[in-house]
Amino acid sequence: MKSAVLVFPGSNCDRDLAVAIREVTGRDPAMVWHRDSELPDGVELIAIPGGFSYGDYLRSGAMAARSPIMRAVAEAAGRGVPTIGICNGFQVLTEAGLLPGALMRNAGLHFVCRPVGLKVENSQSIFTNRYSAGEEISIPVAHHDGNYQANAETLDRLEGEGRVAFRYAREVNGSARNIAGILNPQGNVLGMMPHPERALEPAHGGTDGRRLFEGLLEAVA
Amino acid sequence: MKARVFVTLKPGVLDPQGKAIHHALEGLGFAGVQEVRAGKLIELELADGTSDDEIADMCRKLLANTVIENFKIEKLENA
Repeated sequence: MKSAVLVFPGSNCDRDLAVAIREVTGRDPAMVWHRDSELPDGVELIAIPGGFSYGDYLRSGAMAARSPIMRAVAEAAGRGVPTIGICNGFQVLTEAGLLPGALMRNAGLHFVCRPVGLKVENSQSIFTNRYSAGEEISIPVAHHDGNYQANAETLDRLEGEGRVAFRYAREVNGSARNIAGILNPQGNVLGMMPHPERALEPAHGGTDGRRLFEGLLEAVA
Repeated sequence: MKARVFVTLKPGVLDPQGKAIHHALEGLGFAGVQEVRAGKLIELELADGTSDDEIADMCRKLLANTVIENFKIEKLENA
């Protein structure tokens, strides 16, 4: 699988994500700098990593969403290329308008950094096909701005269309309806606050994130 | 020409920072604060003749996230 990991100034999970992709797919992703205007030809997966792109200036993900490479990402995602944004990557996807809603300061105001229980809501997507619907998995979160908010109409639409991929099993950050990850209408773009790349092998304390990458590989290959 | 852009959370959007500020004010003994909402002030130094539409466009495209925020533009012509 030919994949690309975006790198912004302030990204800090880009290499973890690259390791996860290499582990599962057997192929190194291309690391694509934010100033590039093109993705590698024939890219089959775009991954937007966690971190603090542009120091979270203005709003988390706001600057990164307007960087040159994001025009290429919007175009590729529009063509159906699988695109995953994790943590800051999720914030970038909402700021870029590729996913609805916004990620605000955690309701408790604290940075939350611990493994959390996630309920798999949709097991039919290319990202979640290795999980069972209703299954509870454990994946670490590490964020300050993970409080997902959208208007009631948008939330109802997300629920109605099966676009809530993951939900926190217990309250974590004040997110509306405990939403932890959502899909775009076509199902090829996923944004999630928890870090599946940090739950890949037993030494990480858990391996529940691995199936996300395995499922993707299977769906794309 | 100068302009000021005030970015505020839309009514109804929860503002945890405003709430924390409110609690802190109460902790300092200031009674009678009903509610606190925190926002941003962005000052722009602009070429003369920059239109209101252009400034509004800057707000919609970057300065405010209109999913959760409103913006208000104040032009200071002689500043």
